[in-house]
Amino acid sequence: MSEYTASEHLECAAGNGLLDRRFFLRSGVGIATLGYVLREPAKADPLPLEPWMTAPNGPLPAYDRPSRFEAKVVRGGSGGPPGLNPGLRQFPGVTNIKTPLHLLTGTITPGGLHHARLHSGVPDIDPDKHQLLLHGLVKRPLVFSVEALSRYPMESHIYVHECGGNSELMYEEEPSKAGVMGIHGQVSCSEWTGVRLAMLMEEAGVDPKAKWILAEGADASAMTRSVPMEKIMKDALVALYQNGERVMPSNGYPMRLLLPGFEGNMQVKWLRRIKALAGPTESRDETSKYTMTHPDGMSTQFNLYMEAKSVITQPAPELKMRGPGFYEISGLAWSGYGKVVKVEVSADGGKSWAPARLEGPGSMFAMTRFRIPWQWNGGPAILQSRATDNTGYVQPTRAALFAKRGPWSNYHANMITSWSIASTGDVTHVYA
Amino acid sequence: MRSRLISLALMLTLTATVALADQGPHFGRPATPDEISSWDIDVSPDGTGLPPGSGTARLGETVYAQKCLACHGANGEHGPSTPLVGGRGTIGVPGVRPVKTFGSFWPYATSFFAYVRRAMPYDKPKSLTNDELYAVTAYVLRLNGLVGADDVINALTLPKVRMPNRDGFRPWARGD
Repeated sequence: MSEYTASEHLECAAGNGLLDRRFFLRSGVGIATLGYVLREPAKADPLPLEPWMTAPNGPLPAYDRPSRFEAKVVRGGSGGPPGLNPGLRQFPGVTNIKTPLHLLTGTITPGGLHHARLHSGVPDIDPDKHQLLLHGLVKRPLVFSVEALSRYPMESHIYVHECGGNSELMYEEEPSKAGVMGIHGQVSCSEWTGVRLAMLMEEAGVDPKAKWILAEGADASAMTRSVPMEKIMKDALVALYQNGERVMPSNGYPMRLLLPGFEGNMQVKWLRRIKALAGPTESRDETSKYTMTHPDGMSTQFNLYMEAKSVITQPAPELKMRGPGFYEISGLAWSGYGKVVKVEVSADGGKSWAPARLEGPGSMFAMTRFRIPWQWNGGPAILQSRATDNTGYVQPTRAALFAKRGPWSNYHANMITSWSIASTGDVTHVYA
Repeated sequence: MRSRLISLALMLTLTATVALADQGPHFGRPATPDEISSWDIDVSPDGTGLPPGSGTARLGETVYAQKCLACHGANGEHGPSTPLVGGRGTIGVPGVRPVKTFGSFWPYATSFFAYVRRAMPYDKPKSLTNDELYAVTAYVLRLNGLVGADDVINALTLPKVRMPNRDGFRPWARGD
């Protein structure tokens, strides 16, 4: 008798073995329904007494770190965007480092694993010397020390942060072999705590003529972006804390700008200057970069919001399947317009879809984790996920996005990703 | 006497109103114009923010050779870092991948000046003098055939340089 015969007993929610998302939540569903047959206990040695069970261990670290057995859980996938002149690699400060999405679960990214795009390395900022200047079209130009800002009323919000260039490998002609970290790892989610920028702007007294601000970083490249004043006064945050501790150095220590839902590059790190202006300064990173060139040659500028997107993080190309049987398909979904209300998963390349179970804070701009049980029969499968957000927007296919934007728009790549499962258990990225 | 009482009451009311408007943290300290000047390095397309000084492409060639050539290559074409010339006529051509350089893609020359001013040279940003900034900007404009070797580039002339892709941008709207 076979050890595991679930598939013949289960009603599938969609083709190729996808089960109902609530399968394990239903009352009365247990091992018997799943078709497990308990094997006769075999004769075996007693369970071992390992060394850590029989002797106390050393001192407690003042700041805990993951187990030494988790050393593989690190950021990676650096190397810059496709087509980047390989010579640029000689500038180690011009890089990006990505979140290992395939090795994490839940919705919060540990601070040390939050993705980062750098233009001149990570500045080593002394917080006692850092200052935030607020000037331009204001009545009272002001300077804030970190200590001064720390005395303001604060707010905590769970916000996704996604680079405008995340997933740009999806524009490549051939499917990238970079894996889920390399393709999609420039998205992370943290609880950010800081001061509402609107409060500081009001203290400075904004001139009604000021419709934009310039935000500038204290790193050597002085990253500069323009942001509409409307967004600044609505919900911009000067974040001092990330997941309860001070913002990580590669994410802007001692302070960064947060613009929930907007593309990551605008959320200037190591924030040193806010200048109120009548119009944008048309900085390098809002003209020559972070603009999307359409087939007619026109480039769209100030591509503010990140559209809804989802990606399956387990399985992923970095994770080989361990033979047929039960798997939980899991992934991340988010929307710059608010929140994801539905994620559907397909195991047959988009022919049929089943709704996944959603987890997460459920608040605006927070990350959503989706899960759905899957009975893999060992045959070929193509896994896809498709997010729908609170505005009714549905994540498009790659073909649909290309039809609209063409292949050279570089940024805001939110098309559906396909993981092909081979009978060998290998997972590869395909265009389907 | 009575009128004095009234005016006193009025004064008290005014004081209370001011105090109310003044509530809040107010932990920022005033920034003086002198303090602001060292950080106020952005430049707008109309030239606002451009400093005094000037330069020509002929003078800029020396600056380029000393501070830029190692990364951007001779004539701005081939180096380990981003090319500064080339790509003209590749934007919006069906079947052709756009080659985006300062010459072919950037809409404003002022953005180039501002970028070099804050971020270049890579190993020593914010080290060029204003004259060096104008000169090297003039040189790279010259490499792209957009100014003459002896054209004087300064706060008045730089915003007037018309970049070839000036009209190649439009504001994004949802659905783009």
